[in-house]
Amino acid sequence: MKMVVAIIKPFKLDEVREALTRVGVHGMTVGEVKGYGRQKGHTEIYRGAEYAVNFLPKLRLEIAIASDQLNRVMEALAAAARTGQIGDGKIFVLPVEQAVRIRTGETDVDAL
Amino acid sequence: MIRAFARLASTTIATALIASPALAQGGKIDGADTAWMISATALVLMMTIPGLALFYAGMVRKKNVLATMAQSLAATFLVSILWAVVGYSLAFTGDGAFIGTLDRMFLNGMGMDEISPLAKTIPESLFMIYQMTFAIITVALVAGSVADRLRFSAFLLFCTFWLLLVYVPIAHWVWGGGFLGAAGVIDFAGGTVVHLNAGVAGLVAAYVLGARRGYGSDNLAPYDLTLAVIGTGLLWVGWFGFNGGSALGANSRAAMAIVSTHLAASAGAFTWMALEWWTRGKPSVLGMISGAVAGLGTITPASGFVMPMQAIAIGIIAGGVCFWACTWLKLKVGYDDSLDVFGVHGVGGFTGTLLAGVFAVGALSVTPEMPNGVQGLLEGNPQQVVMQAYGIAVTLLWSGVMTFIILKVIGALVALRVRNEDEVMGLDVSMHGEALQ
Repeated sequence: MKMVVAIIKPFKLDEVREALTRVGVHGMTVGEVKGYGRQKGHTEIYRGAEYAVNFLPKLRLEIAIASDQLNRVMEALAAAARTGQIGDGKIFVLPVEQAVRIRTGETDVDAL
Repeated sequence: MIRAFARLASTTIATALIASPALAQGGKIDGADTAWMISATALVLMMTIPGLALFYAGMVRKKNVLATMAQSLAATFLVSILWAVVGYSLAFTGDGAFIGTLDRMFLNGMGMDEISPLAKTIPESLFMIYQMTFAIITVALVAGSVADRLRFSAFLLFCTFWLLLVYVPIAHWVWGGGFLGAAGVIDFAGGTVVHLNAGVAGLVAAYVLGARRGYGSDNLAPYDLTLAVIGTGLLWVGWFGFNGGSALGANSRAAMAIVSTHLAASAGAFTWMALEWWTRGKPSVLGMISGAVAGLGTITPASGFVMPMQAIAIGIIAGGVCFWACTWLKLKVGYDDSLDVFGVHGVGGFTGTLLAGVFAVGALSVTPEMPNGVQGLLEGNPQQVVMQAYGIAVTLLWSGVMTFIILKVIGALVALRVRNEDEVMGLDVSMHGEALQ
């Protein structure tokens, strides 16, 4: 099993969700996060007072999948989240040791 | 061209004014005047709650939104009671040069059909509450300069002392029969009494309290400018009652004042937006609403004395000087006037009071006693500009010195400023035990 953690632009969420559903992903967890990478921040000006905003709003998706789904999920996710502009985000893949569906007690791939 | 328009209009207005029952001699309550002034009173109260409450609260950080609204609310209920108890009487009765009388203390003797010699066609009770709404917003305006750090108990004391020792005397001097009005200073709806007064007091308060924690280093960006936009809309509409109502009757001068008010607000918003776009690269929403309020504050003293095209000129100048004051002067001098009470209202009130002396069109203020009305510099009366500068100087000096003394006295009684940790936590929680989630 793998955990795919993706940082994406907030307005891309619907496209990403649709693309992942098409490749067989049945669930995900989404969180509103702030951060920066190469995009850096931007400057906001309020009546002449300039503030550097270093942390930009992004969404963090956590998607647990079976290992054999990985390539399809990565491709679909990257394609759907991409705009070609700086700040599109990143995808990280982590190994998952165990999974349990709390209601039924099913484990591992059956629990996804 | 403008002169020709002015002359043409002057004939029309003069005719209309003379025909108006509002100018009839002696006191007789007029239904139309009373109806308009009741509406205008409601409009001006709406400027503070919720107008100013939203305008200010939208510009502070999330942790200080409720505390900022609490100041507008507290100014409303506290000033209202003080006004009825003694403020109105001291400001608007008698003909003393410096202060009124105690004849109307506790509104004593204000029967249903009493009429004030200062507003001869409406019930005195209506004149009293109309003027009350002006006192409320002036006090509430000041608080914006020290938003995010003024202790609530200190604010309540400030409302009390400042109303009675600063607002009441100046209102009396200009409008209540005192020496400034008698000398010939013109201030239709509060360039000196309201805006310059509040702006100077705000500047002094910002100096006495010191800057917000993190000023110049932390991000102090507004929490929710949508609130500020809604607040600006309410202020803008309410200003029709503020300036239109200052004609004290349902007449053509009130209508002309409303036209001037609206056009100056529009010109101010447009100018600020254009300047910001040009110098900073983007036309911000905060810039547009700041320009609108700058235009509104600046036209206030001139509103019943100028024609629409002069009002547009005043609005353009207002947008320019207030933009300069908020984006350059403040940073250069280094005071932390949180919500630009001085930059918008102080500078606007100063500019508008002066410009009223430049642009005044005599025909708008014709009375049987003054057949030519009040004429400004452009009508060949440079003396009026000097007179306006006199009014500005007196207001500036009294407001500045008295505000400083009042704050020092309050500071000796209770701390003016919240504790550091309370400021970091936010005034919503530390002062009021509430918070936005």
